[in-house]
Amino acid sequence: MCIAAPGKVIKIEDNIAHVDYNGNIITANAGIVPVSAGDHVLVHAGLIIQRINKTEAEEMAELFSQLEEI
Amino acid sequence: MDIATVKEYLKSYDGPQCTIMEVCGTHTATISQNGIPDMLSDKIRLISGPGCPVCVTVAAYIDRLLELALTQNTTVVTFGDMIRVRGTKLSLSDASAMGASVKTVYSPFEIIELAKADTGRNFVFAAVGFETTAPVYALIIERLINDNIKNVKLLTAIKTMPEAIRTVFAKNGKITGFLAPGHVSIITGYELFLDLAKKLQVPFVVSGFSGEELLLSVYALTKLKGGQALNMYTSVVTTEGNERAKEKLLKYFKITDAPWRGMGIIKNSGMVLKEEYGEFDAGSQNLISDSMYNSACKCADVISGMLSPCECPLFGGVCTPENPQGACMVSAKGACFHHYVNKRL
Repeated sequence: MCIAAPGKVIKIEDNIAHVDYNGNIITANAGIVPVSAGDHVLVHAGLIIQRINKTEAEEMAELFSQLEEI
Repeated sequence: MDIATVKEYLKSYDGPQCTIMEVCGTHTATISQNGIPDMLSDKIRLISGPGCPVCVTVAAYIDRLLELALTQNTTVVTFGDMIRVRGTKLSLSDASAMGASVKTVYSPFEIIELAKADTGRNFVFAAVGFETTAPVYALIIERLINDNIKNVKLLTAIKTMPEAIRTVFAKNGKITGFLAPGHVSIITGYELFLDLAKKLQVPFVVSGFSGEELLLSVYALTKLKGGQALNMYTSVVTTEGNERAKEKLLKYFKITDAPWRGMGIIKNSGMVLKEEYGEFDAGSQNLISDSMYNSACKCADVISGMLSPCECPLFGGVCTPENPQGACMVSAKGACFHHYVNKRL
């Protein structure tokens, strides 16, 4: 139930975003995260809960760097 | 350092015994699906925690949903996970077969359109969830007020994590570290778990959801000491969380004591609608009774990490995903379900 899925905002109208999940377009509420077309976002239960601001490769590099400091 | 080094370290680890609780049901799913327990030394044990909202919902709540679903001119709208969870006797699925009106949705916001399309019918959403899902319900209430929609109510069983984690930690006694729930942390912020680490003197790592991210987080938990915490989901989790979501939540809801399956009432571990928004509440207060459908079911001990699912006498025999006896075998995020389908020991 607490699943959140990543997608890309295609367009936004009145706080409702159209989000592309691998070709499937769904609508999601943007009431707690301001978004624009082109943003990569995480959607949970029809609500955009965050913009994704790093690539997977960037995050993994940062994680390894954190581990080396422990 | 690279992932191969981390894997080798985790498989050959020979330090002090580590018992790490994955609090979040989605972490439980990823850990099981990726076979992570088999990639660890015998001295690192992963146990599932109380992070599946369906699994921690008490029977009285399900019974109330059934009552509403069987009420004339009323439709219960719910996430799919909920419909096969039994209350004292029956599930929403059973009630549906008896003529009750039950509709499953992907997004709770769908209830708005359902209500607008059929103004003569009452709609009740089964509003379960943790900090991640709770803002959805706040936004629904806001919309009901703004659009003057009168035929929607929520039956809430909203839970919050910190006090439940504190209770599990005190009860279990063996936990040496926590994988903090990643999506909850997006809303609450990493600082909530840093604070909890300091208070409980046990390490926390906020983790992402890929197999690699979880391996790195487990690695960190074998190294960190009591009181330390790390945010290892920095692509989406910030220190302070989502202030807008927290404001919306506190506008419509207040903190309350809440019943957790098998753990009793935990002080300040839930949220209910404030009195001034009581017209949107479908009778959420005092739903406390926790009687199991099958008295031999050990869901309560599984949720608190006291037992592994396969230590339950019903597991895999009487209780399977096809014929679940307890919520942990029903939910796609339940520990028993994932231990069963992935043959996790």
